[in-house]
Amino acid sequence: MTRQERTAWAFVLPVLAIIGLVFVLPTTLAFGLSVTDYSIYALADWSNLRFVGVGNFTALLTTPLFWRALSNTALFALLGVPMAIAASLFAALLLDAEAVRWKPLWRVLLFAPYVTSVVATAVVWRFLLNERYGLINYALGWVGIAPIDWLGSPTSSIPAILLFVTWKVFGYNMVVFTAALSAVPTELMEAARLDGAGRWTRFRHVTLPSIGPTLLLAAVMSVAGFLQIFAEPYVMTLGGPAQSTTTVLYFMYDQGFKWWNLGLASAVAFVLFLLILALTIVQTRIGRRYEWL
Amino acid sequence: MAVSGLLARRARVVALNLAVALLALAVIIPLVWMVTVSFMPRYASSAFPPPFWPTRWTWENYHELLARRLIDGAWFDYRIVPAIGNSLFVAGVSTLLGLMLTVPAGYAFAKLKFRGRERLLQLLIATLVVPGQVAMLPLFLIFKELGLVNSYAGVILPSLAGIFAILFVRQATLAIPDEMLDAARLDGAGEMRIFVSLVLPLLAPVTVTLALFMFLGSWNDFLWPLIVLADQQRYTLPVAVAAIAREHAADGELMMAASVVTTMPVLLLFLMLQRYYLRGLLGGSLKG
Repeated sequence: MTRQERTAWAFVLPVLAIIGLVFVLPTTLAFGLSVTDYSIYALADWSNLRFVGVGNFTALLTTPLFWRALSNTALFALLGVPMAIAASLFAALLLDAEAVRWKPLWRVLLFAPYVTSVVATAVVWRFLLNERYGLINYALGWVGIAPIDWLGSPTSSIPAILLFVTWKVFGYNMVVFTAALSAVPTELMEAARLDGAGRWTRFRHVTLPSIGPTLLLAAVMSVAGFLQIFAEPYVMTLGGPAQSTTTVLYFMYDQGFKWWNLGLASAVAFVLFLLILALTIVQTRIGRRYEWL
Repeated sequence: MAVSGLLARRARVVALNLAVALLALAVIIPLVWMVTVSFMPRYASSAFPPPFWPTRWTWENYHELLARRLIDGAWFDYRIVPAIGNSLFVAGVSTLLGLMLTVPAGYAFAKLKFRGRERLLQLLIATLVVPGQVAMLPLFLIFKELGLVNSYAGVILPSLAGIFAILFVRQATLAIPDEMLDAARLDGAGEMRIFVSLVLPLLAPVTVTLALFMFLGSWNDFLWPLIVLADQQRYTLPVAVAAIAREHAADGELMMAASVVTTMPVLLLFLMLQRYYLRGLLGGSLKG
């Protein structure tokens, strides 16, 4: 072994050992755990553990709350991803406009929510969304909209949380998109303008294709993010009202660490993983078709 | 004709700037409101129309939140003071150890030749598709066997598996020319010496960025600390705030004070080092 090789192993082995212990090993064990009936009895004594095969997965299929959690999570992703990406793109396009001054200031202000703690800002938004004393209903009152019981009604609880999540995360993709927009070839833009292309046509046929790969990557990462919503309902709604904000991860946490059904919870974690993987593959395929990737 | 064109252009400039300013205002209002309400007297924010500015500024919410009091012969506090200490300790240690583990590894993956390097790298990238929650349940059981549940080590250890950090450092290190390192080798410098006195100074800006990512990530982390910490005296800030929020739902002013304590340290850190942060977001190049 050369001196360089010895140094290299000394540099990579410690972190690889930790990754092995806290990530690779448990991920492998997760599969094993998901085919057992690991519960509070096994927590007390390993000899109470039984192999149940796909039992946990079939049990999940007959659990109404799991289906509810799946459809809630799907709704979060389905509404949330377009909402967050559109907000990011809108802000990025504004920041990219040549006429706008003090760009660094606006960028920092718009990005600030992203670095804050989800728990702390969820607490703030719970009060902002308050039906009687919240600023949001007050502002809506100016334009004649009657107070909405945002977090108290099962039909508005998901939109309310999405409003908060979008506010919290849009800054990240905004910064990513601003960088992509500044790389749009100016000659192409100029040529399109000279050819008499309008603002929308230029956006559709020059801007969009050149930021396409960035948009796709942002969409893939956003889908994964929205499928993993947990802290927001945990703090703002406790999964309610009427279980309307119980997400897959919230269900997993309750099953695993409230009721100690770790076998069943592992099965939930696996379903979540397969879901994210499948959607990532689908999105990448779609991207290829449009030659974005 | 020319005049009206100029006017339209000016109107567009004003409209664009106004739009950005209004958007920034709307985004920042929740954070400003959080601060102003935290200085209002108890229950003053539960009024219509909702007050934005305190009629009387007071520290009473912070006092209530942070001071230990004797109630009916028993000491009571919201455990926010220990939580601040815990958060500082956990975030500080995981940042320091995280850097010590991932910066050398990232450099090795970029510049040192060793057998299996490319395959290891591909494996690391492949692990990024697996969401961390899959590992959490078995990890809890492993930590239980190792006696790490309800300990600081139990919170810190998982945050040290910085796959993203390794790839981030590797990407930045690729920009260092090989000739520079080979020249140092020809001059007889050892590998350790090259890393410490040649590579590390070049990686300084990237290291600041990474340290910022790690500190904020650890400070804001919620699900894993919630799982692994059982003792309230060991709670980190987000876990402690979530616990109070679920119990004291109605005390708006008190909760805002708790949120201020949790968000302000990292917001200030971000504002001071925002150039490093935003540059790091765009791929961590050495130039800039």
